[in-house]
Amino acid sequence: MSDQSADIAQRHDWGSARFQSNLARRRRNEKILAAFGLGAIAMAFLVLAILLWTLISGGAQAFRQTHVAIEVPVSAEWVDPADPAKGNYRNVIRDAMQTTFPDADPSELRALSGILSNAAQFVVRDKVVADPSLIGQTVSIDVPTSDPYDQLNKGNVDTQSAENTRRLSDADIAAFQQLKDQDRISLPINWALFTNADSRFPELAGLKGAIVGSAYALLICFLISFPLGIGAAIYLEEFAPKNKLSDIIEVNINNLAAVPSVVFGLLALAVFLGWFGMPRSAPLVGGLTLGIMTLPTIIIATRAALKAVPPSIREAALGVGASKQQVVFGHVLPLAMPGILTGTIIGLAQALGETAPLLLIGMNAFVTAAPATPFDASTALPTQIFIWADSPERGFVSRTSAAILVLLGFLVVMNAVAIWLRNRFERRW
Amino acid sequence: MTGIAFALLLTAALTGYMMNRRAALALRDGGQRLHSVGMFHGLYAVLAVVVPSVVVILLWLMLQAPVINAMVMSGLPAGTLDGLDSGARQLAQAEIQSIAGGRIFGSPESWKLDAAERLNSLRGLSGWLMVAVVALVVAAGLWLTRRSVAPQFRARQAVERIVLGLMIFCSVIAVFVTVGIVLSLVFESIRFFQMVPITEFLFGTRWEPQIPIRADQIAADGAFGWLPVLLGTLVITFVAIVISVPVGLMSAIYLNEFASPRFRAVAKPMLEILAGIPTVVYGFFAILTVAPAIRAWGAALGIPVAPNTALAAGGVMAIMLIPFISSFADDALSAVPRSLRDGSMALGATRSETMLKVLFPAAVPGIVGGVLLAISRAIGETMIVVMAAGLIAKMTINPLDSVTTVTVQIVTLLIGDTEFDSPKTLAAFALGLMLFILTLLINIVALRVVRKYRELYD
Repeated sequence: MSDQSADIAQRHDWGSARFQSNLARRRRNEKILAAFGLGAIAMAFLVLAILLWTLISGGAQAFRQTHVAIEVPVSAEWVDPADPAKGNYRNVIRDAMQTTFPDADPSELRALSGILSNAAQFVVRDKVVADPSLIGQTVSIDVPTSDPYDQLNKGNVDTQSAENTRRLSDADIAAFQQLKDQDRISLPINWALFTNADSRFPELAGLKGAIVGSAYALLICFLISFPLGIGAAIYLEEFAPKNKLSDIIEVNINNLAAVPSVVFGLLALAVFLGWFGMPRSAPLVGGLTLGIMTLPTIIIATRAALKAVPPSIREAALGVGASKQQVVFGHVLPLAMPGILTGTIIGLAQALGETAPLLLIGMNAFVTAAPATPFDASTALPTQIFIWADSPERGFVSRTSAAILVLLGFLVVMNAVAIWLRNRFERRW
Repeated sequence: MTGIAFALLLTAALTGYMMNRRAALALRDGGQRLHSVGMFHGLYAVLAVVVPSVVVILLWLMLQAPVINAMVMSGLPAGTLDGLDSGARQLAQAEIQSIAGGRIFGSPESWKLDAAERLNSLRGLSGWLMVAVVALVVAAGLWLTRRSVAPQFRARQAVERIVLGLMIFCSVIAVFVTVGIVLSLVFESIRFFQMVPITEFLFGTRWEPQIPIRADQIAADGAFGWLPVLLGTLVITFVAIVISVPVGLMSAIYLNEFASPRFRAVAKPMLEILAGIPTVVYGFFAILTVAPAIRAWGAALGIPVAPNTALAAGGVMAIMLIPFISSFADDALSAVPRSLRDGSMALGATRSETMLKVLFPAAVPGIVGGVLLAISRAIGETMIVVMAAGLIAKMTINPLDSVTTVTVQIVTLLIGDTEFDSPKTLAAFALGLMLFILTLLINIVALRVVRKYRELYD
């Protein structure tokens, strides 16, 4: 016996060099695995940081817009006082550039007028239409510059590069510098990004249409998925008998949650647009599509919230004589509500970022006005991002990033509300 | 009109509630014993009014547009639509509708103006008719429920039966959605397969859906073999999985075994952020940052790199999948019974040995299930590839080449004109059907694998 234990002790001499090196190797492996894990997490964070940095550095510029302030003499030659809406405001703007640049000859004026955004003539027109007595006088306006000059002012144009590789000639740049020296150029906050709808001109394009469209779609999505989802979840969790039908519904919902979103777009295209003849590009159809997409998410979240309510609550209520539905609607559902709302908000946040199904029902249309009702053609925030990402103008690159930041802002707020709800009302039993 | 109908409905519901509740309470105060409390008599009236009239309103709104359009089109003077094909008919219909909406372009023919006027008058009529029908339904509901108030009337049971019915309806909706998806995909695909033989679609190796729309247009004759599209999808999916699985697994292992609780509490939500970013943002990131970077590396190394590489699309997709795989693997590792971990540690194994030789093998089924779900997501992912992958289908497995995917083709075929009788648009539905079947199969297998693994320890 003692021989044997001595034998084992000898074979397992923990102090021997072999064991020491073995141990060192095992500890090294431990460190290597931990380092790999940490490296993987660091890599994910690095990508996240690069992504956010790209968006913020690119998008921050779009929250400011170069404006130019000029005096516009409204001559009766171009605008008929009897019908101020039909005047030739293009020439009015040309006159304004002539007064600002007295030395410029007529051939240069055309290029100089290009400093101003296309909107300048409409700004003047609206002022004159509102107050026809301005004809013959000088109007001061402060309007956005067109996109190339905006980029120049923001330092995105390399003035040292060869002249034929940039959109602005040396003369253009000199003219802009002259305006700058006259203190006419300013860089205010770009409220137009939120008050304008889409436009072909980057300096005028805004997100209002997309935000309103998304809001309508999300409202309809909520109106559909919330009641239907809660109803289905309560039935499946509290009332459904264990039979084939319940099993089928259950499997079905789980599979529906994993169906690719583009397939829901195909469904909407074939059924809502094809069979029911609903209007294309309408937030109503978008909301319906997002609603049936969100339904499984809400059902699953609601069931989890209902499951978390302890059976003792149900038993106590049943014990004092409540009916099964009185138990559910009077006691279980109110206790589960915070969890349900959290799940709903997270589901809606997902729906807000969803793009593919909206593309298939035509919510990537070019619409220059915010929709007045959910039946009007409109875009949504993610589809607007998609449209702008496809536009070649330089100004749209930073506007795309800005639109993404706005979208992410909404998502952060929604998720923050969900987390707050969970922390505020969560109960541990 | 719909607003008036709903207002009518709401007032009636409120009136019904008050009326029935008061009647029931009056009976009680008269000394009779009620079976149900007054509130349930009121609720019974509310449900009897609201449910049928909401059904009427929704059905009306759904059927109104097609019925009125058919009436307007059939009411056109005889012979106006003769010789026009379906496209021209739709165009005429759209023009009539836009005239009716007050948007008149140019000088339309007089029959269009007449039709638009007829359309508007029919719409007005339909609105009033709907209000009238709703009023009738509401009145009938109120009258019937008011008559039902009696001491022995089981109002609570009646209300609960209706509510249960509504809840069953809600659960069945989900089934309807699935049936709707399958039916619409199959229906349109069958129409597609009548134009293009199914064998050509399944086994053809050329995908060139640019068919001539007009007779004089120069375009390819159109080839609808989905194999190159499928291959492109698989290449991008492969790239995404090859990158995301190791990263996701490693981060799960670290979070599960090595990380301090505080680190875990911070890192896990940060990883989840990656999953919450909309895919259109990833697509923009791919074209703005990743694709140029890959091109620059390719140029520096002297390798020919296509502008829309599968590597860029797959790589960005991998970022999206990392948190998905990580949280799945984390859950699977946490689900391994504590006793296995303690037993291994008690025998003197290091944490990495415990992880790699005990926990990981035990968690493999769950992890495989997660990876399968990630594959199904990668196959169905749309926006990243629409923005970052190519449009031309090629039979290649080179990740530095430009490939296209099933979802890209669906979106590009359906953006813009959607005429429902050209093989070009119908092909999108056939692709959609394949996508649906493929992802469904993977999901079923994944759920099987996960379930099997759960049974092992419970």
